[in-house]
Amino acid sequence: MTRISVKVDGTAYEDEVEPRLLLIHYLRDRLGLTGTPIGCDTSNCGACTVDLDGESVKSCSVLAVQADGSEVTTVQGLATNGSRHPLQKAFHEQHGLQCGYCTPGMIMAARDLLAENPDPTPDEVRHALEGNLCRCTGYQNIVRAVLAAARQDTPARVPAQEAAL
Amino acid sequence: MTDQITEPAGTGREVGRSRPRKEDARLVTGQTNWTDNISVTGLLYLAIVRSPMAHARIDRVDVSPALERPGVVAAFSGRDLAGGMGSLPCAWPVTEDIVLPDHPPIAVDEVRYAGDPVAVVVARDRYAAADALEAVEVDYTPLPPVLDLQAALAEGAPLVHADKGTNRCYDWPLATGESFDAVRERADVVLKRRYHQQRLIPNAMEPRAVVVTPLAASGEYTLYSATQIPHVLRIMLSMVTGVPEHKLRVVAPDVGGGFGSKLQVYGEEAIALAVARELGRPVKWTESRSEGFLATHHGRGVIQDIEVAATREGRLLGLKVDLLADMGAYLMLVTPGIPILGAFMYPAIYKMDAYEFNCTGVFTTRTPTDAYRGAGRPEATYAIERIMDELAAELGLDPVELRRRNWIRHEEFPYTSIAGLTYDSGDYEAATEKALALFGYDDLRSEQQKRNERGDTVRLGIGVSTYTEMCGLAPSRVLRDLRYAAGGWEAASIRMLPTGKVEVVTGTSPHGQGHVTCWSQIAADVLGVPFEDVEVVHGDTKAAPQGMDTYGSRSLVVGGAAVHHAARKVVEKARKVAAHLLEASEHDLEFTDGVFSVKGSPDARKTIQEIAFETFSSHDLPDGMEPTINAEHLVDPENFSYPHGTHLCAVEVDTETGRTLIRSYVCVDDVGRVVNPMIVEGQVHGGLAQGIAQALYEEAVYDDEGNLVSGTLADYLVPSAVDLPEFVTDRTETPATSNPLGAKGVGEAGTIASTPAVVGAIVDALRPLGVTDVRMPCTPQRVWEALRDARAQKGETS
Repeated sequence: MTRISVKVDGTAYEDEVEPRLLLIHYLRDRLGLTGTPIGCDTSNCGACTVDLDGESVKSCSVLAVQADGSEVTTVQGLATNGSRHPLQKAFHEQHGLQCGYCTPGMIMAARDLLAENPDPTPDEVRHALEGNLCRCTGYQNIVRAVLAAARQDTPARVPAQEAAL
Repeated sequence: MTDQITEPAGTGREVGRSRPRKEDARLVTGQTNWTDNISVTGLLYLAIVRSPMAHARIDRVDVSPALERPGVVAAFSGRDLAGGMGSLPCAWPVTEDIVLPDHPPIAVDEVRYAGDPVAVVVARDRYAAADALEAVEVDYTPLPPVLDLQAALAEGAPLVHADKGTNRCYDWPLATGESFDAVRERADVVLKRRYHQQRLIPNAMEPRAVVVTPLAASGEYTLYSATQIPHVLRIMLSMVTGVPEHKLRVVAPDVGGGFGSKLQVYGEEAIALAVARELGRPVKWTESRSEGFLATHHGRGVIQDIEVAATREGRLLGLKVDLLADMGAYLMLVTPGIPILGAFMYPAIYKMDAYEFNCTGVFTTRTPTDAYRGAGRPEATYAIERIMDELAAELGLDPVELRRRNWIRHEEFPYTSIAGLTYDSGDYEAATEKALALFGYDDLRSEQQKRNERGDTVRLGIGVSTYTEMCGLAPSRVLRDLRYAAGGWEAASIRMLPTGKVEVVTGTSPHGQGHVTCWSQIAADVLGVPFEDVEVVHGDTKAAPQGMDTYGSRSLVVGGAAVHHAARKVVEKARKVAAHLLEASEHDLEFTDGVFSVKGSPDARKTIQEIAFETFSSHDLPDGMEPTINAEHLVDPENFSYPHGTHLCAVEVDTETGRTLIRSYVCVDDVGRVVNPMIVEGQVHGGLAQGIAQALYEEAVYDDEGNLVSGTLADYLVPSAVDLPEFVTDRTETPATSNPLGAKGVGEAGTIASTPAVVGAIVDALRPLGVTDVRMPCTPQRVWEALRDARAQKGETS
């Protein structure tokens, strides 16, 4: 067992973990942060994407011990002062999700893109999300959502009052 | 038609409006309830030992070494659990003499596909359970795999189920109209083609998972499962395990996509229930993705021989279809019926005089097949649309013109197809004209001609798919005639709560489709209450006890119609209360926007939400009235519904590398009246993605020994955002006449239509170079090989 201290969504945790424990299992099974799901075992699908010290990572491919001393942000920690993150709003308004299983990972990967490139082209969005699979949407509305979040002035497809979560 | 209403009743403010979804708030913030999220005190984890071989006799299973491993609580072989579990069910024995093999949830004597369960380990956490798998000792004697559909039917072929004496599962024939031989005699042109529907792996993003919590003292069990069919599952698991139906509650919590793969009664669900009963402890099983590739059912897997007879002018005379359908190792819930759903769709939108169909189901030592998005209908659409292109090329006709000469004209509806289906409505001309204009068909054709004349190395090709499909499964009497075990109705009930809020209880079980939003729209419209005041209850046999669940593009057409009818019943009951309270005759009451008012005295009014409270208090109800305005309605559809549309695809094919790029994709779908256009568009997008993926990317590949070699997401190409184009979607709207919403269903349309449009475009691009087919998926290698073979053939003939 190895002792780690890690801050997740603003809360500091100290835990004894097996060295082989994956970060995603630490988040889900130990901390009960089940908002980040697991979609595969080959790090292809990206459903488990979280932010680790400012970089988006697939948390199935990171050991919990590697997160020692780090800050992790998950989809559950994105809202600030009770207000949803612009990407969370945009995915809702642009119908960028159906079953919603890939959504946490998509939002975290898109957040990473927008941090580096605040005004991406549709093609840049598609390439940035290449490591995140969605089986429901055909990606078109996901791309729309990311572009809408990037350009807050883009008219939403639905009136704002309807879009309130 | 009986008491159908063609115009939707209600405010008209909700239906037809792109409401953002109620479902999203939880999903975008991670406040989800996937089955794997569920945890209870004392939870144990299951892991399953699976066969590494396609076919083998089990000589010995020893689970005892696993029991020595840390954290392991129990372990069971197939024989250990055999007493408590019967065969997994097949609800669709399509013929009287179908071969129905036994299907134990855990193999006992023989394994029949790589991935067949052999033993189960139970441990205190998922790592300990996974670790202990390797400790289970299994001795196998290999048996010959059965992989080739034609060879499997030959005399003396090795048998998947030796006790049955044959690999032939069934023959299902259909012949209507004149005999095909007769029309072939008088035809000017007869073409015959063979197409291969490769095996596909559904890959819903949420892997399967099941949690069972027992209450040992009373023998009650709650089973949570990532399933599309909680109601069907409850009945079937009760029969498989002997847990009485009334002691078994099944819950489908948040479910992350299905596409048919969760329309199933899986061995793991029965195993979890049996182990929970055996140990009296709560258990969880969650599949890994790679495990899912082996153990979640596959789709397609059909060899299609299709023959068409036509006149010189391009009028279809007849169609003959012969299928070999890969059942896989066992018959699962609706395995044999999948190709039969397609049987009625090969004639598509075309008029003809003769139709002959036969499907032969064949057992192989591969993962069982079953429903995958479209289920039988994509296969049918692919074959007919591809051979229509071949016929157009043979006759020197434009492929759109050939279709125009044969399709049912809009004034001919209702029209009974040669296969015996009555298409109630449609307008193929309108959808096609709209699609051609959006696509710029004529311009693309002239560009194509110029590039062909120049001999461009990158060729332009145009694909056309004018599809229809049968949705809204299904009229129960038709299901009886098709030997399906259950009915096709759907249930809804509406509970008017004392404070005026509304609970809609539905028997559909959504997993991404947005039923909560759409059912709220339907109910809010009819009841005249705010959208926000409606909640939808689903996916729990305790809370929503009646239902037939979600598959086959049925939910809106059947389940949504049930919500509509139930809401109308509520209004009629409330009208009686309103008339009593307002001291008016029911006939003098108007009901507008949720308010009953007396004609001529607008001040005399009661809202339906006030009436909900008055009914709750029951202080002043009409004499003899039962004190409720709640209502329930079950719909058994009178007919299927028939979405249709025109899909056009332009591809650029690099003749040097074989690479295909989709340049533009335009579709105009007619799914009838639309409740939520934004959701409909999303369904179309997702359907297109899966149909295009079949055309270009996906295939379950087995080696000669029957091992799945495309067994992970690294080997099986589920397309990402860079692999798919931007789609142009539009609609025409000819309402269905079989339900009060006028809806036809949309879940499968994109998948059904798109595959032939894409492959047709590739073949169209390469036809001047001698290519007449490319086998799916049309990878660069396959395209390049088709070009090479065409060149070689040209060389031989010149």
